[in-house]
Order: sequence, then C-alpha cells, then structure tokens
Amino acid sequence: MAEFVVFWIMAPLALGSALSMLFMRNAVHAALMLVLNFFAIAVLYAVLEAQFLATIQIVVYAGAIMVLFLFVLMLLGVHRDEAPGGKLRRQGPFAVFFGVVLFVVLAITVAQPFLSSEDACPDQVAAGTESTEPGSCVGLAGANREGNVRGIGLRLFTDYVWPFEVTSVLLVIAAVGAMVIGRKKENAEDLVDQLPSTDPSPEPEPDPEPEPESLAVAGEPDLEGTTES
Amino acid sequence: MEHVATPDAGSVIALAWLIPVIPAISAGLLLLFGKRLGTLAAPIAIAAITASFGLSVAVFTALNAADPEARTFVVNVATWLQVGSLSVDWKLLIDPLTAVMLLLVTGVGALIHLYSVGYMHGDERYSRFFAYLNLFAASMLVLVLGESLLTLFVGWELVGLCSYLLIGFWFERRDYAGAAKKAFVTNRVGDVGFMLAMFVTFAAVGSLSFSDVLPASGLATGTVTAIGLLLLVGAVGKSAQIPLYVWLPDAMAGPTPVSALIHAATMVTAGVYLIARMSPLYLQVPDVGMVVAWVGALTALVAALIACVQNDLKKILAYSTVSQLGYMFIAVGAGAYTAGVFHLLTHGAFKALLFLAAGSVMHAMHEETNVWKMGGLRKAMPITFVTSLIGWLAIAGLPPLSGYFSKEEILAAASERSGMLPVYFIGLAVAGLTAFYMTRWFVLIFLGKPRYDHSGPHALHPHESPWTMWVPLAVLSVAAAGAGLLNTSAEGGWLHGWLEHSVAGFHAAVHPIGHSTLIALALSVGALGILAAFVRYVRREPQAEGAVARFPGYQRLAFNKFYVDELYQLAIVKPGRMLADGLAVIDRRGIDGAVNGVARGTAGLATVGRRLQTGFVRSYAFAILVGAVLIAALFIVGAGVGNGWIG
Amino acid sequence: MTVPVGYYLILAAALFTIGLVGVLVRRNMIVMFMCIELMLNSVNLTLVAFSRIHGNLNGQIMSFFVMVVAAAEVTVGLALIINLFRLRSSVDADDVRSLRS
Repeated sequence: MAEFVVFWIMAPLALGSALSMLFMRNAVHAALMLVLNFFAIAVLYAVLEAQFLATIQIVVYAGAIMVLFLFVLMLLGVHRDEAPGGKLRRQGPFAVFFGVVLFVVLAITVAQPFLSSEDACPDQVAAGTESTEPGSCVGLAGANREGNVRGIGLRLFTDYVWPFEVTSVLLVIAAVGAMVIGRKKENAEDLVDQLPSTDPSPEPEPDPEPEPESLAVAGEPDLEGTTES
Repeated sequence: MEHVATPDAGSVIALAWLIPVIPAISAGLLLLFGKRLGTLAAPIAIAAITASFGLSVAVFTALNAADPEARTFVVNVATWLQVGSLSVDWKLLIDPLTAVMLLLVTGVGALIHLYSVGYMHGDERYSRFFAYLNLFAASMLVLVLGESLLTLFVGWELVGLCSYLLIGFWFERRDYAGAAKKAFVTNRVGDVGFMLAMFVTFAAVGSLSFSDVLPASGLATGTVTAIGLLLLVGAVGKSAQIPLYVWLPDAMAGPTPVSALIHAATMVTAGVYLIARMSPLYLQVPDVGMVVAWVGALTALVAALIACVQNDLKKILAYSTVSQLGYMFIAVGAGAYTAGVFHLLTHGAFKALLFLAAGSVMHAMHEETNVWKMGGLRKAMPITFVTSLIGWLAIAGLPPLSGYFSKEEILAAASERSGMLPVYFIGLAVAGLTAFYMTRWFVLIFLGKPRYDHSGPHALHPHESPWTMWVPLAVLSVAAAGAGLLNTSAEGGWLHGWLEHSVAGFHAAVHPIGHSTLIALALSVGALGILAAFVRYVRREPQAEGAVARFPGYQRLAFNKFYVDELYQLAIVKPGRMLADGLAVIDRRGIDGAVNGVARGTAGLATVGRRLQTGFVRSYAFAILVGAVLIAALFIVGAGVGNGWIG
Repeated sequence: MTVPVGYYLILAAALFTIGLVGVLVRRNMIVMFMCIELMLNSVNLTLVAFSRIHGNLNGQIMSFFVMVVAAAEVTVGLALIINLFRLRSSVDADDVRSLRS
C-alpha cells in the first residue's frame, strides 16, 4: 500500500521534472529541475529496497554532480536563454518521433513481461520470505537480510573488489585529467583546437575569466598548484 | 638433303660457330666502349670480319677436301627452346651452299669494312658505324648458317634491324630516319608471310629443322604450295620485289658502304638464298615457281624502266639492284637454282664495286649525287674510273666478264622452262635496258667534259680517294671480272658441281631457241643498249634532263617511279593512319572515359555521402538513435518471429 | 493495491526517452550533458528494479559502479566544455563543427 502511494506520487514527479527540464529555456532552471528529478528517483530507490543507493544518489548525484553543473553554468555565464531552433531545427520532430518509437520498443521488450498484477514484488514488511509468487518478482527480502548496506558491502568487497579498485583508479585519472584539461593554457601547443576562423576571440589567452581554473575542479579536493604552467 | 653428318670435334667445321660469334662479340665491344676506342674501332672491326673470312675459307677448304657426297654437316651449338613437340636448337648447317654464301658475306664484308675507314673518316659516330657493320655481318652469317627455318628467321629479323640502324645512321635528317622506318616496315610486311610459312611447315611436318623439312616427302601439294607462296611473300619483302620494293631506293639515304654491303651484296639476296635453300620444296610445285619467275620478271622490267630516267647516281644503282634481283627470282622460279646463286655471287661482286665507286665519286664531289653535275671524272679519278669501267661492262653483260655468264645462264633457263617464254623475252628486254642505263650512268659520270664548277670560287677539285677506298675497288673489280669462271657452262661449270648436293638441279624441259641463238640475242641486245646510250649521251653535248615539265608523258611517269609510292601512301598509309586515329579516340574517350567515369562516379558518391558529415554533434547523435531503434526493431522482429508475438 | 514492478521499468523507459530527445533537441552543451545524466539515471533505475526482480544485489552493485563512472565522466566532460568555451566563447553545440565534410 505504501509502495503504491509513494510510487504514484514520485513517478509523476520524476516524469514532470524531466519534461520540464526538457522544455526549460533557462539552463539553471533546467538544472534545478534535474535535481528534483534526482530526488524523486532517490525515493523510488528507497521503495525498491535499495536504500544504500538512494543515499548515494542524493549525495553523489544531486549533491556533487549537479552542484558541479551549476557551478559551471554560473561561471561560464551561459545560463541565459537559449535561442530555439538553430541550424538543426528540422531534427526536432524526427527526434521526438524516433524517441517515441524507441520508448514503445523498450516498453514492449523490457517492461512487458512484468506488467501484470502478479508481478508486484513482495512487501518489505514480510521479511525473510523469498516467496516464489506466480509473478516474476522475487524481492530483495532475502538479499537484504542483514540490511542493504551490509549486503552491498559484502558483495562489493568480495565478488566485485577488482572493479571496485579499478574504479578508484578511474576516479584519480578523471581528477588528473580534469586538471590537465582545465588548466590555463600559455603554450600554443597546449591548445586542443586551433581553428581561428570560428574563434571569435583572436587568441585564447588571456583567458577572459581567470577564475574558472581554480574553481572548475572544485568538485574534487583541490590539488592546487598547477594553474600556472 | 643427302647424308647429314656431324663434324669431327677437331675439324675446323666444328668451329664454324665462331664465324658469326666473333663479329657479334666485336659489335658488342664496340657498342659498349666505342667512344673510348675512337679510331681504334675500325681495326677491331676489320680484324673481326677478316677472322670470319679466314674461318670461312678454312671451312670451304675442308668441305672441298671431303667427299662430294658427304659435304653436309650439322653442328649443334646449344639448345634454345624445347616446348612440347617443338624443339629448336642453335644448329649450324654447313654445306656447299652455305660455304659460298659465307665467302661472299665475309669477303665482301671485309672489303667494305676497309672502305668505311676512308669513307666514314671524321664522322662523329665512327665507332658505332663499325659496330653496326659487325652486327650486320654477324646477323647475316646467322641467317646463312642456320639449320632451321627459325634460326634463319632470327638472322632474317636481325639483318632487318641492322638495315634500319644503318639506313638511318644519320638520323638527324628527318627523311633519312623516315627511309629507315619505311625499310623496316616494308620488310615486316614480308615477314608476316615468312612467319605464316613457318606455322604451316610446323603444322605439316612437326619440325622447323631443314633436316626434317627439306626431304619434303609425303606433304600434300596444297601444303607445299602454301609454304612456297608464303615464303615468296617473305622473300619479296627482303629482296625488294614487286610489290614491296619501294624501300630500297629510299634506303640510299644510308652511307654508301651500307648501300654496297646490305643493299647490293648480302641482305637483299637473303630472299634468293631462302628459295634456293628450300629448292626441294619448290621443285614439287612448278606453278609456284612460275609465280616466282613472273614476279621477278615484272620487277626487273619496271625497275629497269625507272632506272633509265633517274638522275641520282645511287638511285640508278638501287633500281638496278632491284632489277638484277628480279633476274635472280626468274632463275629460281624457273628451277635453275644454281643459276640464281651464280648470279647472286657475280652481282654481289660487281654491284658492290659499282656502289663503292659511286661512294668514291661522291666523296670526291663533296656528296654531290646528281649525275648531271658530274662528267669528265676519268682524268681526276683514274683508279675509280678503271674499276667502274670493269663493273659497268660486267653488269652490261659483256663477255668474258662475270655478268655475261650468269645472265646468259638465267635467260637460257627461262627459255627452257615450258610456258616461260614470255619471261625469257622480258628478261632479254631488261638485259638491253640494263646495258642502256648503266652506260648512261658511266658516261655521264666519267666521260665528256666536266659539267661542274671547276674554276669559279666554289670550284670542286676532285681527286682520287685514299687507299682504304680504292683497294677494295681494285679487289672487287678483279672479282667482278673473273667470277664468270665459277661457272662457265651451265652443266659442266664448277659451281654446278659444287652445289649439286645442296640445291636441286635444273633439268631443261624444252629447247625452243637454240643455244647459239640465245647467246647471239643476248649479246646483240646488250650491244644495242650500250650503243643507244652512247648515241644519246656522248656524241652530242648532252642536255641536262632537267625540268620534269619537259618530259614527254611516259618519261615523266618513269621518272616519278610510276607513282607507286604515292599509291601506297593513299591506299595503305592513309587508311592505316585513320584507323590508328580512330583507335586513339576510342582509347581516349572510351577506355579513359570509363576509368575516369568510375573515378568521377566515386567522387560523386563521396560528395553525396559527405553531406552526412555535417559536423553537428547532434546530428550524429540522431544517427545513433536511428541506428539503435533499427537494431531494437530487428530484435523484436527476431524474437517475435521466434516465439510468436510476445504477448 | 500493488505496483507491478513493470511500472518502474516503464517509468525508466520514459525517462530514458526524454533524456534522449533532450540530447537531440537542446543546443546548450551543458544541458545536453544533463540530459545524458538523466539517461544514466534511468538505466540505474532499471538495474535496481531488475535487481529486485531477480532477488540478488548484482543490479544494485552495477548501478553503484555506473554512478561512480558517471561522476568521473562529468568531471572530465565539464573540463572539456570549459576548454571549448575558452576557444569559442560559446557552448552552443552547433558552433562545434570542425568535423564538417
């Protein structure tokens, strides 16, 4: 019952915020809508017996990634209204059409088997039972016996320890990469792209906003010192 | 061919392969190092050809010492190719016919090499000339020594090549290079006939070797006729008969030693040699012999007529050569192969002599060739005068010089062949014409008063040529005078006996004209010709036969060589060029067009496809979406088809 | 009153589609990036739902890793966008077309 109520509140919220993100002209408004969407999804995670993930969602996605987005938006000053259309105006309707087609395909293939009323998952309250319902949802009552966090931790550090370590390296690489890419460019060969014709500013230096280098990597611990190269 | 034998290892005949090889090596050396050797090239070349001459004499002597029945030797030098049932080896055939040809080629060749030292003195490509001469000698020797039709053909083609190189020796002159090209191409036309003859021979006999072909037993008459006619085509090309004679007068563009060696004594006689060599075959088809004789007769007549009105001293001799070759064709056509070879030898002597004399005159007159600008040279160039006198009388047929004997024998053979009497009369008329135009030649050059400028500012002071040039003249005049002794009578002469086992003999069929009548007729037409020329050109001050416009109709026709060259130009060269142009257009438009079209099509496709590369990231994302949808749809269809529709 | 688990999947599919259309329609590069994040989230939702269906935590672990990678990706991606902005003073995706033809 609770699940029913929560779902039917959060689902429209998620959909609505996603749609408005799509239609908002102001980029900052769109980002805020996305934050709302993330919150809704976090609640849905909680309902889906993924409590750990719900927390992580809020902390990492809404808390770090979206903050990063907002920082960049504000700092680059590109939050102003975006003119509609552009050179690929005609692509819009086709994109919508194909998107709808894709949605239908996904619905048919992925969701279809699980839409009947027997496919409701057993309630969290009935703990300890891994009942084999006539439907196909097994439920995480068994897996979450000792709590979701504990369950994930067990799996993470035994079966998935190798990917875990690799992703930590990945994060380091990402941080270093971001610093390298984002640093202030003084030598010409540092430039990634050299086309002068489309470059409105005659030269990339001096950087119009000297601030962003130090703050662009604000999402990560500030391994300061490399803004001057 | 009777009794073929392999020579003993130690005998000189086994070394006969050196005869063509020594000049070939010398030619190679001179071609490679000619520039550095400079004037040393001449002694090297002369030494090479003289060595060949020495070996030829040795071979002759060895053959002479052998039993007359056993004078045919085959020397196996190396295997060339072995393809299926065709096996061709480098084999030499040494028999009496080969021996006399060897002596002719190397003997006259050596003399002309010596002559060239004086004639080509100072030429900037001196050593190359001698290299080419040696190369020619080697090629001709391969032709003569070859034991199979294929080996002969190799020599045949090589002499054609050397002829091209030597005629166009001064290739800076466009017309000289054109003459060389004309010679080569016309020869090529004849060579097609030769090749076809080889194909037929191989198909019929299974081999091209003379030991297999010449016995000629069991071949169908049709086959032999075909071979005979096709070989005639080849011979016509090489020996300048109708209709392929047009290259020889133009070949006078080459240096005079070349004219003497190639176009008088050796290369042009290759056709006659070929027919003589294949005499067992021709004996089986007398009708083909009739064709050969008629070709020879007509050529002799036409060439003699043209020669009567030419003004260039070398051109007169060139047409004379064509005419005399006609005589040789009459001989081999009538079946008198030995007579043909006899005339070949005597003609080689006196025609080479006449050409060298002409070269001597040209040398003294600063390359003047118009006989009307000469005259009275007997005082200025006595040696040339005397030797030319001997050559003139020899070709006019005055006994006891060589030309009388050989010509007489040919005419007699023609009269004694059934159905060839018209040919005899034509030959008789040509004898008279020969006497006429050769007398004209001699008189206008050497007798009378000088018609050239000998006292003014551009005066010419002709003098005798250096010893390197008059010594060959002297030697050749001796040969021209005495060669008649080779075969004083038709049946009992030495040459007949010598060649008895290598060429087919002649058997007279009919005797419409008595022997002494023949001699009387021949002598009288000869005398008539000489007299007529004297009357016209000596007794009164000869008017220069200058402008063509003053010619009455026939003479203009003859002067312009009966417009044969122009006919060929219109009938053959022009259509050939149009065909070539047409094909060139097809190549440009069609083939190149197709290739370019493919390139253009690809470029067009690329231009269309390039539009996909818009540069917009969003359109690329859209493309990915479309692709993903398609794949997903495929999955659905596949799963749906597999399971019945997913409910 | 139950919620068949398929409804979550439908929701995720809808979110995915919305994100996809957003990538194709919006021109602001940062907003495009945000739509990509939305797509990632929808995938996460699907993974979690399937984890519940199958009764083990593998889906959730996978979802965890997706989040980590998304974080790294956002870091680097935003650095790139800043770089691009420095060159062209604009974050309009249509201005980045040096790959044209």
